[in-house]
Amino acid sequence: MEKYFKNVLTLRSLSGRNFVIGIPYLWLMVFALVPFFIVLKLSMSEMEVGNAFGTLLSAEDGVVLLKIKVSNYLFILEDKLYVLTYLSSIKYAAITTACCLFIGYPFAYFMAREKAAIRTTLMMLVMLPFWTSFLLRIYAWKGILATNGVLNQLLLGAGIIDVPLHMMHTPFSLMIGMVYTYLPFMILPLYTNLSKMDIRFIEAAADLGSTPWQTFWRITVPLSKSGIIAGAMLVFIPCVGEYVIPELLGGPETLMIGHVLWDEFFTNNDWPMASAVTILVILLILIPIGIFNKYQSEQRVGQA
Amino acid sequence: MSAYRWFGRGWLTGGYLFLYIPILMLVLFSFNSSRQDMIWTGFTLHWYAALLDDQEIMQGFVLSMKIATMAATTSVLLGTLAAFVLDNYRQFKGRSLFQGMVSAPLVMPEVIIGLSLLLMFVLMEKLFGFPQRGLMTLWLGHALLGMAYATVVVESRLREMSKSLTEAAMDLGCKPYQVFSLVTLPNITQALASAWLLTFTLSLDDVVVSAFLSGPGYSTMPIIIFSRARLGLDPRVNAIAAITIAVVSAGVVAWSLHIARTERLRQKQISAAFQAELLS
Repeated sequence: MEKYFKNVLTLRSLSGRNFVIGIPYLWLMVFALVPFFIVLKLSMSEMEVGNAFGTLLSAEDGVVLLKIKVSNYLFILEDKLYVLTYLSSIKYAAITTACCLFIGYPFAYFMAREKAAIRTTLMMLVMLPFWTSFLLRIYAWKGILATNGVLNQLLLGAGIIDVPLHMMHTPFSLMIGMVYTYLPFMILPLYTNLSKMDIRFIEAAADLGSTPWQTFWRITVPLSKSGIIAGAMLVFIPCVGEYVIPELLGGPETLMIGHVLWDEFFTNNDWPMASAVTILVILLILIPIGIFNKYQSEQRVGQA
Repeated sequence: MSAYRWFGRGWLTGGYLFLYIPILMLVLFSFNSSRQDMIWTGFTLHWYAALLDDQEIMQGFVLSMKIATMAATTSVLLGTLAAFVLDNYRQFKGRSLFQGMVSAPLVMPEVIIGLSLLLMFVLMEKLFGFPQRGLMTLWLGHALLGMAYATVVVESRLREMSKSLTEAAMDLGCKPYQVFSLVTLPNITQALASAWLLTFTLSLDDVVVSAFLSGPGYSTMPIIIFSRARLGLDPRVNAIAAITIAVVSAGVVAWSLHIARTERLRQKQISAAFQAELLS
């Protein structure tokens, strides 16, 4: 320990290497780590008028007291509304992931089987919407799905329906918006995976008498497992905490945790409760990431 | 053509229609003369003119451009440093913590990033009287978000780069900073430009983190658009969208053409060099 401090204090610590590591390290400590600990601390304190940050550490008679309150967490776990919101966030994220996989897998598959010359252009066309404002693209769906919107006019004009359908502010419009936004995140890793796949496996399967359908399910899909998992993570994780899409396209039935957090903070001004909700969301997200990392390191071990 | 091919083409066409129809609708209805409805009533350029008269949006636009420029520059500087550290120093104390902190903003919902940063800024303001919510906090928040993306872009380029180049430079007596500025930097300029554009776009588009970190009088353009979109449809928003889409598509097309050309040029030079080598 003493040696370590000596090292830090001598001029050696001012070497280029430590300097180069130190700048981004310090920046991240201040803006990524400290805020997390503030939230963690705040989640275990009580709301106090005038002192929003509460008191966790206090000194009484020379003894430092550590006050940890789990009441916020208990409240959340006992309150039906919170639990339901967490569950419905997971539900909508899972449905979005499934829809993206259903649309995205064949999409990436056929894209990867196109001629090399046009594949780059096809990929660029998938990425291009990503560069235009996400907010504006969500806004566009408002106009399409509204009761007097484009889709209803089209269906009415074609004589398919007689009365305009009510689509806005329902789970349907929310799902459309989420799938629309996150589809490229599913296509991208799948395409990378499928276009690198060794075509000889498929040829070998065909030579050994398997039908294209069998080849697809028994060779292509298992080989693209890592692409599927990466895509599912890239869609599922941001979907759980999504705020803007449910706010613009969702309705009263589509409870999402991002909205509750926002409300708790801005409307109720209950910062400790908002912090506790935050910590639980972080836990919710870390679980799939942990599984993903474990899977990836297993893969690496398997390859080595 | 077989049924299989037709099915493939059909699926791709359907997918692209799904991705592009909303964008086309945005542009189309920016020229619609009706105010509220999505019913076509006639062609007009009125909403573009109205945009110029809209003080709130114009101010928001200027502010957003300012923040995006500042944040993108900061993100790329810090992201390059972080990527360099991750690529170059395989072992140092707290490397995994470093890696975790860099990528945390990529996986955390924006609501959480915004909330935790705001709490810290409020606490800092209470303790040190600094920083005030506004330009400064928006800049720092966007820079943190952008840095994560910039690091990914630059790091993947650094990893592709052959280590023998930097080793050769060191063997020839370059000092570490010379290796970086004379060898590494010229090799990653394209990645730096991509990272800058990406973080610029992200900052220009961000609603949630901005909503947490902005103070009174500091409404960025996305915040204004978001609050109007919540209320209903506004053809001026369509006009903004059409302009953004025009600028972005022109930029992306120009950029990819430029990349394709430099790549071709490089290949040509490489093969020319090989040929010269063979002839000698």
